[in-house]
Amino acid sequence: MADTGVNNGKRRFLLVASSVAGGAASLAAAVPFVWSMLPSARARAAGAPVEVDISKVEPGMMIRAEWRSQPIWVVRRTEEMIKGLKAVDPRLADPNSERPQQPKYAQNEYRSIKPEWLVLIGICTHLGCSPSQKLQAGPESGLGDDWPGGFFCPCHGSKFDLAGRVFRDVPAPTNLVVPRYQFLTDTRLRIGEDSKGA
Amino acid sequence: MSTATSKGSGSMTRLQALLGWIDARFPLSKMWKEHASEYYAPKNFNFWYYFGSLAMFVLVIQIVSGIFLTMNYKPDAAQAFGSVEFIMRDVPWGWLIRYIHSTGASMFFIVVYLHMFRGLLYGSYRKPRELLWLVGVLIYLCMMAEAFFGYLLPWGQMSYWGAQVIVNLFGAIPIVGEDLAVWIRGDYVISDATLNRFFAFHVIAIPLVLLALVVVHIMALHEVGSNNPDGIDIKKKKDAAGHPLDGIPFHPYYTVKDLVGVIVFLAVFSIILFFAPEVGGYFLEYNNFIPADPLQTPPHIAPVWYFTPYYAMLRAVPAFLGSQFWGVIVMGAAVLIFFLLPWLDRSAVRSIRYKGPYYKIALALFVVSFLVLGWLGTQPTDFLGKIGGTDAAVILARLFTIMYFAFFLLMPWYSRADRTKPEPERVTG
Repeated sequence: MADTGVNNGKRRFLLVASSVAGGAASLAAAVPFVWSMLPSARARAAGAPVEVDISKVEPGMMIRAEWRSQPIWVVRRTEEMIKGLKAVDPRLADPNSERPQQPKYAQNEYRSIKPEWLVLIGICTHLGCSPSQKLQAGPESGLGDDWPGGFFCPCHGSKFDLAGRVFRDVPAPTNLVVPRYQFLTDTRLRIGEDSKGA
Repeated sequence: MSTATSKGSGSMTRLQALLGWIDARFPLSKMWKEHASEYYAPKNFNFWYYFGSLAMFVLVIQIVSGIFLTMNYKPDAAQAFGSVEFIMRDVPWGWLIRYIHSTGASMFFIVVYLHMFRGLLYGSYRKPRELLWLVGVLIYLCMMAEAFFGYLLPWGQMSYWGAQVIVNLFGAIPIVGEDLAVWIRGDYVISDATLNRFFAFHVIAIPLVLLALVVVHIMALHEVGSNNPDGIDIKKKKDAAGHPLDGIPFHPYYTVKDLVGVIVFLAVFSIILFFAPEVGGYFLEYNNFIPADPLQTPPHIAPVWYFTPYYAMLRAVPAFLGSQFWGVIVMGAAVLIFFLLPWLDRSAVRSIRYKGPYYKIALALFVVSFLVLGWLGTQPTDFLGKIGGTDAAVILARLFTIMYFAFFLLMPWYSRADRTKPEPERVTG
């Protein structure tokens, strides 16, 4: 007790040690709050696969379904539409679907399992608007005489062809996303899950 | 007469006794003196000095009208749109409160943009007011967040798709982007979970931060003292009592002046509020009177006018290396670059009154860029036709984006090379 001098080294050590411990505890306490903002169990359950009946879709028509609250487009392409895909290649940014915007089994010329059926998530890869359908080729689309048919995003003018492939020089950087899907029968689709599971 | 006097002085003493009782327990008189009756502000304030106090006034309008809106609003995706229409039609005076709040939002930005322009005119961000300026830019960021979160609440088409676009800006960040966007939304798309949390941010989280920052802004201002249109330091010349020769007490001189500003402001505010609360689709967009539909994007999406300059920049930057993150970076940089202003300006003088032609031209071009970008942001990209395969409006936006950034990035050179005039010793009135 005779030594009344202050041990500054010890004080600093205790100060730093308790600050680190307190800081770590505060960070740990923040975890539940940050995690509480992730999708709830209910929202995750709503992400379960959906089934779509395609028996009534005529060639050249499109139907919409909803999966994870996102629009799902199912287009039945005509023979003409399928044949026309190759001709658009030089105007596209990623004609061979090299970027991972689709499951492996849809990484082909048609971006689909069966050439006739195109399945897409109808959300523009630019900033998430839902493009409008301009399936018919030609000037009545309002997109010029050389329009090959496809989709046009009204928000920022991105264009996609009839396989959901993005054009060059538009704001969207990548092709439209093909979700995982499988044919349960010839007229029934399951969106959000394929033979390998969800 | 004598009885009246004695009665009067009697009550005065009692009042003074009460004040003394409080002052012994809380620095009431001290604070009043420090921030009002003995806060010496330069005597040459002009028109541009209304907007600071007006901004505080609009903040109060927004908080009060907002509190009353929450009494009837329902932050529920199934009920939100309906509850806003309920406020507009069935709640007594609900339409007035809602229009006060929606008009107030736009007026807040008008007032704050003019307040910031004042800073650019008179060099109010220069030493020793750097921190004051930084806090001000933080307030501006908070206002943008507040406006963005609030715009989702009516759950109209523009609310929904506007939020979709902005949240997806975060999704464009490489690697973590997609998970970050899901975390912000609390779902895979904008949904009830998103609406509910945006409500929490809009009514409590951001307003708390905003209010705290406003207090810090005013404390920092009163610590360093107000700048003035001459940009000179009034504290250099003081009278025998130690008060600045060119300063006058904030109260009563500027409280009365600002009151005139409030009255004129309220007149303008009322004209908009009662005769054109939507301002032709600029203050309230027409598409927002249609309920949100996640499966159908409106043909033309534009944010409210106060965000359009940045939105035009976002659209002007093309996708590069398979990513559209660059547009997001440019847009973010356009806002954040305001933080650097105090260190970019190397001029020998603060105020535009003594700056040379370079700064005057640069500031004029900056204002033109901001206005043109703001106008372009409200329009579809193809509205001016095409030049060589690219939308003319996009080319124009690129040009003015470069001009916008040039104002900041070239400032260290042109502000130093400028031919400045000598500053006066005393304020010129």
